[in-house]
Amino acid sequence: MTTLSYREAVRSALRDALRGDPRVFLMGEDVGRYGGSYAASKGLLEEFGPDRIRDTPLSESAFVGAGIGAALGGMRPIVEVMTVNFSLLALDQIVNNAATLRHMSGGQFSIPLVIRMATGAGRQLAAQHSHSLEAWYAHIPGITVLAPATVADARGMLLAALRLPDPVVIFEHASLYPVEEEADEQGGPADIAHAVVRRTGTDVTVVTYGGSVGKALTAAARLQESGISAEVVDLRSLRPLDMETVLDSVKRTHRAVIVDEGWRTGSLAAEVSARIMEGAFYELDAPVARVCSAEVPIPYAKHLEDAALPQPEAIVEAVTALRARRG
Amino acid sequence: MTTLTAPVPLPTPGLIEPEHALTLLRQMLLIRRFEEKCAELYSLGKIRGFLHLYIGEEAVAVGAMQALTEEDGIVATYREHGHALARGMPAGALMAEMFGKANGCSRGRGGSMHLFDAGRRFFGGYAIVGGGLPIAAGLALADRLQARPRITACFFGDGAVAEGEFHESLNLAALWKLPVLFLCENNRYAMGTALERHQSQPNIAAKAAAYGMTGSQVDGMDVVAVEAAARRAADAVRSEGRPVLLELLTYRFRAHSMYDPELYRSKEEVAQWMTRDPVSTFTARLTETGVLTEAARSALESDVAAVIAAAVAEAEAGPLEPVADLLKDVESPRP
Amino acid sequence: MPAVAEFVMPALGADMTAGRLVTWLKHPGDTVTRGDIIAEVDTDKGLIEVEVFTSGVLEKTLVEPGTKVPVGTPLAIIREPGEAPAPAAAPAPTVAEVRARVSPAARRLAAELKVALATVPGTGPDGAVTLDDVQQAAGKVEAPEAATAGRGERMRQAISAAVTRSKRDIPHYYIGHTIDLGPATAWLTEQNRERPVARRLVHGPLLVKAVALTLRDFPELNARWVEGRAAPSVDINVGLAISLRDGGLVAPALHHADRLSVDELMASTLDLVERARAGALRSSELADPTITVTILGDRGVDTVYGVIYPPQVAIVGFGTVVERPWVVDGGVVARRLVRATLAADHRVSDGHRGALFLAAVAGRLQDPACL
Repeated sequence: MTTLSYREAVRSALRDALRGDPRVFLMGEDVGRYGGSYAASKGLLEEFGPDRIRDTPLSESAFVGAGIGAALGGMRPIVEVMTVNFSLLALDQIVNNAATLRHMSGGQFSIPLVIRMATGAGRQLAAQHSHSLEAWYAHIPGITVLAPATVADARGMLLAALRLPDPVVIFEHASLYPVEEEADEQGGPADIAHAVVRRTGTDVTVVTYGGSVGKALTAAARLQESGISAEVVDLRSLRPLDMETVLDSVKRTHRAVIVDEGWRTGSLAAEVSARIMEGAFYELDAPVARVCSAEVPIPYAKHLEDAALPQPEAIVEAVTALRARRG
Repeated sequence: MTTLTAPVPLPTPGLIEPEHALTLLRQMLLIRRFEEKCAELYSLGKIRGFLHLYIGEEAVAVGAMQALTEEDGIVATYREHGHALARGMPAGALMAEMFGKANGCSRGRGGSMHLFDAGRRFFGGYAIVGGGLPIAAGLALADRLQARPRITACFFGDGAVAEGEFHESLNLAALWKLPVLFLCENNRYAMGTALERHQSQPNIAAKAAAYGMTGSQVDGMDVVAVEAAARRAADAVRSEGRPVLLELLTYRFRAHSMYDPELYRSKEEVAQWMTRDPVSTFTARLTETGVLTEAARSALESDVAAVIAAAVAEAEAGPLEPVADLLKDVESPRP
Repeated sequence: MPAVAEFVMPALGADMTAGRLVTWLKHPGDTVTRGDIIAEVDTDKGLIEVEVFTSGVLEKTLVEPGTKVPVGTPLAIIREPGEAPAPAAAPAPTVAEVRARVSPAARRLAAELKVALATVPGTGPDGAVTLDDVQQAAGKVEAPEAATAGRGERMRQAISAAVTRSKRDIPHYYIGHTIDLGPATAWLTEQNRERPVARRLVHGPLLVKAVALTLRDFPELNARWVEGRAAPSVDINVGLAISLRDGGLVAPALHHADRLSVDELMASTLDLVERARAGALRSSELADPTITVTILGDRGVDTVYGVIYPPQVAIVGFGTVVERPWVVDGGVVARRLVRATLAADHRVSDGHRGALFLAAVAGRLQDPACL
């Protein structure tokens, strides 16, 4: 185990994948000479050359579509779309082609394509660079959606994604890249079939993913001080959802708060909430609560941005409100 | 402001191998009769969804396909019955697909617009205009990275030229020197919008220059001319390892889809183009040159009719995919 | 149209969740008419005569005397006139729990532990019954002292639940207004001059009438808080707070108090007090109040700061009618005064309206002949 940053973990997985499989190549905007917008691919061009570390023009639709075509042609492309915001320019390729081709061809083709993109707000980048649209992608049958929240998962999930024969979209929360944690630099693929309990507790289950996991853990620590024991579940895979882990937890705590940086309306939080109702209604001792982003294009000013996003304080409040009032 | 002029035919080779000529005619005739049958079956409710007929454009698919090897890949559009048949996909599997049957080439999951055949490297019909171009670039990228001497032929219509994906893909393919043969089937209408009404520069081949790419036009109503041009272009792609844009000037005789009153063009315009019908003009030419006798023509028609009758029978008899298998092939089986 | 109607354990007050059927006063085959008393029910607040709201024939009773059932439980089937009797032996409907706020998990646990949810006070959000509540209640059932708790103790528990809920859920505001009862006292003296002692009027009915009439102009105070909003009531049923001799408190309704004469109010008040103390209140009297009036004048208090009885949204209090110095036209005179107070639900009304209300009550009392 060594101390590794999230971005180093992504890089180590990229490097191992490129070394281990000649079919793997990385392409995207500024992944080569620039070293990646978030420096995730820094140094890889030197090691693997411009054929396998491909700088692309600013043509999201074309290079994501080319990733699909290359996967059809026998490669294992990793496409970096700089941020989820820009991925909207490639939605046609991801939704209409990557997600459908296997089914639409009656199972004749599969698309072993990994698309990585940064997501999330919190860095005062204003409305066009602060989206958290994981739910849009998680809505689509035919793609797998992952959200690594830890350094270990940043590495392990990318390796796991490369083993899947179908398209995978990985959301890397931009605020996580500098985060350092103890992790195994030689760690293998993560178990992406399962959500993980990041903190155990008995009174309430806080379900979250990606950049909100840290906030949920902060909130849980504060709640502990007031005698409330919160369990934090990191969903990890947003499609498919591992509801078994969530429901197991809710069945123990009887209360659930879902924390989601997406907007509340039509959010992943809404989906998880609905599934808790479907799967654990009679276990609930209080209505399921949600802490989501305010329904506003994310503003620039720090105090406004902070107010728009889920914060530990709001999580503490939501949990406290769910707890029975005693006297 | 629309000027109604038929394209000037390019000079075509005077002599072609008679046997090959009959093959070209047979393929075009098969497409023509197959689609006429499709229209009939559509009106009977046997085929549903969107049905876009290729009638009038047969020379494009048949001619272009002659330039491709079995190893080359093909990316087509939602008007791709002709390409599929010209690639050799069995008529029965296509008809069954349109019937939504499990013995269809996409197991009833795709329908008319989404025909696939992995074995023939037919990578499908794409129904979002322009959506197939990046895929073709990617297929070519895979070949290039794996140093395989294949090319990818990418068919698209003049409507796709207005899409960003056209320009992104041509730029990417030229930039990365990808072996793509871009085949623009310019039938003069993006659905109902005439070329002059959607393109500032209606010479599509000329756009290739902007990407440092070779571009040329050919009479898409002349199967021999198309084949010759496609062979030249494909050879260039193969030998130079760079993309080429070939614009095929053609015309769709039928409506855009089955539910289209054709308010956007005149009957006179259609009639004028029909004088250049690729099937009847080629038939006449072969008859005049003595390659095709009346008996041979008649036998060809019967032969094609029998193939289509068998295809319909195969489609009728085909099983429906069990609803229990609805979710099959959304993703690969997971361990 | 349903040919039969269920007669259910009535909800006689917000804090009543269950009742014990004591006696059937009508029996299968008897004809019943809307308004008839057909059963007696023992509640935490005493024995209550329960009336029926359907006319027809009592076809069968579903609950044996001595059984305690949650509010809403069908007690009997009443066949409406002209309908043939139902074929025999339809299975008796099972106990239908009132749709109180009970968490799904608590509901399931209550079923497992055979805890009557109706008896479980809720401590969760919005007063919902939670798992812990059920567990505590299950423990309590086993405790012998709870099982043998007397009526006084049970009434105390019921009052406790109601006022706790009130003070927890209702943001009260309080305002007071000193009312000159000079004209009213003079009018009463005039009225009583000709009357025998037994029929003499006192201040109370006059105050109730003034409140009831004024409420016509203040529907936001004559309302019930139901599912997160105030539902104004068409009827003005003034609940009159009556203390019981052995402790405890009930506030049965003076139905349509705005439409009763002062004489009728006087008679009704005496009747209610008598029956309340005898434990013979009717079900509708406990269930129907739309506001409460509490008059603590007998005890010499100046001012009453009432606790609203949920789901009502206001309570009017009157202190002792007492002669005090009062300034009239710049001179000090002795006048009979009363301190009127309003405690009201701030979610529903504001102090401004409350003040106007008390002023209007005071105004009406300056012209008692119109009451």
